[in-house]
Amino acid sequence: MTLSGKCVIAGIGATAFGKHPGRSSVSLNVEAIRAALADAGVEKGQVDALFVKPPTSDFQMLYTVKVASALGIRTRMGGAWDQGGAANATLISIACMAIEAGQIDVAVVSFADTPRTGNAAVYARPRGDDSLYGWFGTLPGYAMIMQRHMGVHGTPREAFGEIAVAARRHGAANPKAQVRNPLSMADYMAADPLVAPLTRDDCTLISDGGGAVVVMSARRAAELGVAAPVPILGWGYGQTYEEVTYRADLTTTMATVSGATALGMAGLTPERVECVQLYDCFTIAALMTLEDYGFCRKGQAADFVKDGALQLDGALPFNTSGGLLSETGMPGMQLIHEGVRQMRGTSVNQVRGARNVVISNQGGVMQTHSTLVLGQ
Amino acid sequence: MSGVGPDRSGPAGAYWAALDEGALRFQRCRACGAAQLPAREECTTCLSPELGWETARGGARLISWVVYHRPYHEAFADRVPYNVAVVELQEGPRLISNILAPNESLRIEMPLRLELGESFGQTVPLFRPVAG
Repeated sequence: MTLSGKCVIAGIGATAFGKHPGRSSVSLNVEAIRAALADAGVEKGQVDALFVKPPTSDFQMLYTVKVASALGIRTRMGGAWDQGGAANATLISIACMAIEAGQIDVAVVSFADTPRTGNAAVYARPRGDDSLYGWFGTLPGYAMIMQRHMGVHGTPREAFGEIAVAARRHGAANPKAQVRNPLSMADYMAADPLVAPLTRDDCTLISDGGGAVVVMSARRAAELGVAAPVPILGWGYGQTYEEVTYRADLTTTMATVSGATALGMAGLTPERVECVQLYDCFTIAALMTLEDYGFCRKGQAADFVKDGALQLDGALPFNTSGGLLSETGMPGMQLIHEGVRQMRGTSVNQVRGARNVVISNQGGVMQTHSTLVLGQ
Repeated sequence: MSGVGPDRSGPAGAYWAALDEGALRFQRCRACGAAQLPAREECTTCLSPELGWETARGGARLISWVVYHRPYHEAFADRVPYNVAVVELQEGPRLISNILAPNESLRIEMPLRLELGESFGQTVPLFRPVAG
């Protein structure tokens, strides 16, 4: 028995992206969930599962209890899932499995955080004893992988520029995007390094905001008359776990397993994928995901992405709402929302005729990974 | 010293104590022979808690590196631009270090040689490129 297509994303909702001074992450969760429930046409009393990704910048124990209390709901299942940026996609798949197991009926998956106006110190923390060598922060871990990719596979900076330019072009057309000025390849190549080889344009935004989805069975969505349900065709996972320092192969991750599992469940091959929303916290993460998912061979991404292949009119439209590089630095939920809009035909950068979309979520320094495939 | 320094509690204590004596050591599993860093309570290959210590011979190669152009910590404000590297010892274990060479001269896989140095009063393993 396959669960492919048995469940749907029935509704999506988000806050504005950018700065929310004085707002708590719980309040942003409530706003996003209120919008997602309205989009699905569901009352809060119908929700019997609440799954949250805890806020990165303000990690709290029993965070789901706080969100549920603010929502004034009791549920059957509930809990927070600590998997970094891979959590949202995983939680949606867990909701599907629990629904099909008969444990729950309507699930909400939600995330909100305030690193922009709150405390972003978590992203610059010392890496244990290695602070003796000046090894601080999350971003430099990605720079370490990028340097290795450039050195081993001969990947030029222009390949990373293609990813940044595509994301910024798509974000420029998105009224909700936090950064809307487009980026040219010349701008990209001229930028000064932050932690070489990474420049500012390779790096995620830092954003306040929240996003939520409502998940239920396709059958239930039909009974409730949900306006625009989007079938969940496949999912997969792969955890690399090792810190960058100790990872034997720096340029391949368990995204290979996650992607192959999700595509297999959806009955797809990479050649038949029509649109992707890939976790682009750093350009290297999106570039390696293209390789690991099999859109091209390892080390061949530079050839695959060239000449605007990732842009709306290219071979494989990518991050059509701007992703983490342009829409919002939110860790992953915005990619799922954009996947839903593509399948509904309501994206500001609609891929004409797209019948499927592959979404990646990942966390740590490419340590955790989760994949979703949506259809129509 | 600005809060930068090693945590000597747990199995890493012996690692730093050896460096104080001028030796870079890594763990060697007495059960399966695997070599590892960082120091842990168990072998990550066979899960045995029977771990001994072995002194590194000093040969290594450069896996990758980055160059900080902006300091993430005030203690490094006057060091930028500085490199941080992943280095693989000839015996297998990897560690974070700094390469004693101009940033522009660094190359993936370049051969390196251990050279002990000091950072914030702690003896640390640093590496210098050698002719291949």
